Amino acid sequence: MNIIVAMKQVPDLQQVRIRNREPVIEGVPYTLGIIDKNALEAGIQLKEATGSNLIVVSAGNEEVEETIKEALAAGADEAYLVLDDKLDGMESSLTASLLAATIKKIEEVGLVIFGEGSGDNYSGQVGSRVAEILDLPQVGYVSKIELDGTTAKITRSLEDCEELLEVQLPMVVTVLGDINEPRIPSVSQILKAGRKPKEILELDDLDIEIPKDKKISTLSNLAPETDRKRVAVKSVSDLITALQAEGFVGR
Amino acid sequence: MAGILIYSEKSKLALELLTAARLIAKDNGLDVKVLCINSDEQAEEMVARGAETYHIKGQIIELADTAAVASALQEAVGKLDTSIVLLSSNRRGKELAGRLAQKLDAGCLSDVTSLQVKGGKVQCSRNALGGATISVQQIETDRQVIALAPRSFEPASPQDGGSLKEMAILVGASNIKVLESRSKAGDVVDIEAAEILVVVGQGMEQADMLLAESIARSLGGEIACSKPIATDKKWLPEDRIVGLSGKKCKPQLAIILGVSGQVQFNVGIRDANTIVAINNDENAYILQMADYAMVADLKVILPELSKTLG
Ligand SMILES: Cc1cc2nc3c(=O)[nH]c(=O)nc-3n(C[C@H](O)[C@H](O)[C@H](O)COP(=O)(O)OP(=O)(O)OC[C@H]3O[C@@H](n4cnc5c(N)ncnc54)[C@H](O)[C@@H]3O)c2cc1C
Ligand SMILES: Nc1ncnc2c1ncn2[C@@H]1O[C@H](COP(=O)(O)O)[C@@H](O)[C@H]1O
Repeated sequence: MNIIVAMKQVPDLQQVRIRNREPVIEGVPYTLGIIDKNALEAGIQLKEATGSNLIVVSAGNEEVEETIKEALAAGADEAYLVLDDKLDGMESSLTASLLAATIKKIEEVGLVIFGEGSGDNYSGQVGSRVAEILDLPQVGYVSKIELDGTTAKITRSLEDCEELLEVQLPMVVTVLGDINEPRIPSVSQILKAGRKPKEILELDDLDIEIPKDKKISTLSNLAPETDRKRVAVKSVSDLITALQAEGFVGR
Repeated sequence: MAGILIYSEKSKLALELLTAARLIAKDNGLDVKVLCINSDEQAEEMVARGAETYHIKGQIIELADTAAVASALQEAVGKLDTSIVLLSSNRRGKELAGRLAQKLDAGCLSDVTSLQVKGGKVQCSRNALGGATISVQQIETDRQVIALAPRSFEPASPQDGGSLKEMAILVGASNIKVLESRSKAGDVVDIEAAEILVVVGQGMEQADMLLAESIARSLGGEIACSKPIATDKKWLPEDRIVGLSGKKCKPQLAIILGVSGQVQFNVGIRDANTIVAINNDENAYILQMADYAMVADLKVILPELSKTLG
């Protein structure tokens, strides 16, 4: 059985600076989405428990080939990558059709794992859209996965309850960031990762039509205006004085 | 464009959707229709709010089966001739939004925190880049699925003119079997309603939590936290998380202890009126977004602060 993990390359958000309320993305290095690393770890653990093959899929610009090495180093066996510089900033519906078309090329798919949300967009759409295109059952916001032959026992964690579900494979899950603690690959694993098989796909290789019109348009994307006093407080008594002046103490 | 359909399995959130739908309808002249699934209580509540309500009743639709709920909604959209679907952006709603949008070949936006209708288009604001920016986006397809962040709109108030019809749909066999459903222990405290919050992060030691609690008590406030405090350390319930995947709080005062200030956290507290931050790293980003910034070791400061406020 093949287990698939979908991982998105995103600019490292810790390094995105704001200038004149505009985010400055140029020059920011790429990384894999934080929750996507949890998805990968979930895949690695299941692969180890069941002896499955673990395939990571990703769509994005040419840099993905480099970025994805980390996933191969951590434990994915192969990668299927859709690479095209046109794909930068693509919308969720297009991402989903590319990923679904890629997954269709893979045989004996048992489980497809997504993150609950991508690092930059965090819209939680892509997994659900892929499940629909592939006509597979899905469970989102998963905190536990157990595979037992042809079925899976899945725990979905909602705001106010937890559901224990039994689902026939193949299926799609999206996992929560606290499902596990992702392992960090060693230097020797990183060196060896370059030799793992990679299937590079171009848009022409996929059996889909890329729509001419965008479904979503972005009118603006700005950091909110902030206006803070930024007073440096030196001691507890200074702090108390400030809180008193603001009317929070001694009311 | 013919109408707006709203659906949420949570009545409280459905009432918020109704307010938002009426806002869009006012500008676009659309009808607002409400779908309820197997909940007499919700159906009655929506009717009491003056809503044109459709109830799928007595048919087995497993809410845990997102594909099944999406199919039901797709059918309702066809039957009721609606172009915009409003869902709640809680976990169930978000999961449903993507699946339904794919079925309808619709554009979809989730976690939408405010709406504005301009030139017949619904402009949606949502956090982007982990919360560092707010992007305003609009869906260009006729069919639109919009999931609204909980508590972004007031619940609709009672009014006349509501109606109730039952609706039947085709139901297929479900691939998902619910073995068990356990409710999580709810928290009695609503950090979003608190005027004063003491927010703790990973710079805290567990032994000092009592001091933080005592400070909160002295100020008449509540304790909240960054995500790892609840999800990794489990010192506090998840209801207390501030941020992108937690709650967006707007207290009068937030005292932030040992939080680094990453974007996903900041988005939950940046609307606070006054921010005090204490951190031992002078370069911690949180200090830049504070009104009162203190570079200090919490182990030293907390006993003193708690005693002085005591
Ligand atoms: C999609 C996504 C959603 C997320 N959603 C959220 C969310 O909703 N809420 C959230 O909080 N996070 C969220 N995160 C996680 C977020 O990115 C950060 O990892 C998290 O906020 C860090 O928590 P922290 O500041 O408590 O810990 P750290 O980043 O570890 O910071 C601890 C701070 O304490 C300071 N410190 C240490 N010791 C002391 C001392 N003795 N005295 C004073 N200061 C000290 C350190 O200098 C440091 O600045 C999300 C992440 C992702 C990817
Ligand atoms: N370009 C992409 N390549 C591979 N996986 C992706 C891509 N975009 C999104 N995903 C997956 O879909 C999940 C949800 O993304 P989103 O809908 O953008 O929040 C992510 O956590 C990834 O697992």
